[in-house]
Amino acid sequence: MTLTDNPTLVPDIREILTQHGRMAAEGLGETEDLYGAGLTSLATVAVMLALEDKFNVEFPDNMVGRRTFKSIESIAEAIKQLSA
Amino acid sequence: MTAQLNPKVDFDELLQEVHAIGKNVLRVHAAEVDKDARFPIESITAMREAKLLSAYVPQAFGGMGLSIVEISKICEALGQYCGSSAMIYAMHKIQVACLVHHAQDSEYFRNYLHQLVTEQRLIASATTEIGTGGDLRSSVCAMETEGNKFTLTKQAPVISYGEAADDILVTCRQSPTAAANEQVSVMVRKGEYTTVPLSNWDTMGFRGTCSSGFALTSSGDVEQILPQPFNEILGHTMHPYSHLVWGSLWSGIAADAVNQARAFVRVEARKTPGETPISAIRLAEVAQVLQEMRQNIASLAREYEELLSSDRPEALEEFGFSIRTNNLKLSCSQQLVDIVSRAMLICGISGYRNDSKFSLARHLRDAYGAALMVNNDRILKLNATMLMIHKEAQP
Repeated sequence: MTLTDNPTLVPDIREILTQHGRMAAEGLGETEDLYGAGLTSLATVAVMLALEDKFNVEFPDNMVGRRTFKSIESIAEAIKQLSA
Repeated sequence: MTAQLNPKVDFDELLQEVHAIGKNVLRVHAAEVDKDARFPIESITAMREAKLLSAYVPQAFGGMGLSIVEISKICEALGQYCGSSAMIYAMHKIQVACLVHHAQDSEYFRNYLHQLVTEQRLIASATTEIGTGGDLRSSVCAMETEGNKFTLTKQAPVISYGEAADDILVTCRQSPTAAANEQVSVMVRKGEYTTVPLSNWDTMGFRGTCSSGFALTSSGDVEQILPQPFNEILGHTMHPYSHLVWGSLWSGIAADAVNQARAFVRVEARKTPGETPISAIRLAEVAQVLQEMRQNIASLAREYEELLSSDRPEALEEFGFSIRTNNLKLSCSQQLVDIVSRAMLICGISGYRNDSKFSLARHLRDAYGAALMVNNDRILKLNATMLMIHKEAQP
């Protein structure tokens, strides 16, 4: 099974956001603005490292930024792209 | 000062006036302010008369409309005469900048800016809180609103010049159900808040800032809440502006220490005509460190000024700018201690004495505070986190 079809991708991201992003990601919609929901740019560092560890990927410099961490959907897109 | 409301401020002339205030007022009272740990009322009165408290307010509101680069030079000038007075001025300016950058959408704050100019109101800040361990991005206290009115109480471990201030900008959660980092900034006004002291301010340095802890109880109208969220105010303004104005006034303290060292070396040199005294070599060394410190500040001030007027203010939120701002604070606070210590070595026992005209005791005591106000270790840790993923000069 490729990661693209991974049904646990979104729940995994949610869990990482809750554990490492210091925010309540449980009830958040997939397109909801994470920064608006309390994610700080500093906390994205821990989120990113946890995502790299979990999905065995490495974020290139051009993906380290606000756009990637905008929403659960944009994070999922990034993971799919990196593991394609 | 003449013609404060004249839209054309001659900055060189203004800076000369600031130096005159420094010599004639700040320096005269500096020793006593330090000794008694009292608010430097004479300094602030003189600054008010010169309309300096609204120097950063845009000219459209009657202020001088100075830039951060210019404000930074004023802070450096004041720092040469009284560290505490300069620190109060710098802290006030941070609050003014928060209003200027983040509250002009609000009619209430547009009116306030006019009032700030005419009444030269002094604004204090209550950001840190007992129970959050110095983390500005989390609050315990929350605003409670009913209709258009709010009430707010906060246990503040430090409110610099809290008793002398006219108004206070307070950070809090936006509602009792909000998360710790869902914060707003609200201005509480004199007459609408009460303060009960929680602690004294009996410190080594910056004694005149009177930064006691207070239990703050306030109420007011919801229009006193700044229209932009606190995280944006902190990232775009409070963080960079603080480190720039603090660094600037510290460089003023450093410059004064170097000036005293120079005066001492000249006395030495007069005793041995035709021969450069050994202390002059030390003077040359310390001048080099001072130059680095000042250039570092000037460079970040220019960068900040450019970013503020650029079409991509989001660059202010990028790790690169944050890291550079933090580095400025770390460097300046270390260089200040280094410079004053070197000046002390030059002045020798005369610098060590409390009762000599070359005394550097106050400078040195003030200098040690710089690394502690927002502890350098906390700042290093933030940079350490960001540097795990940030790389300078990205392709």
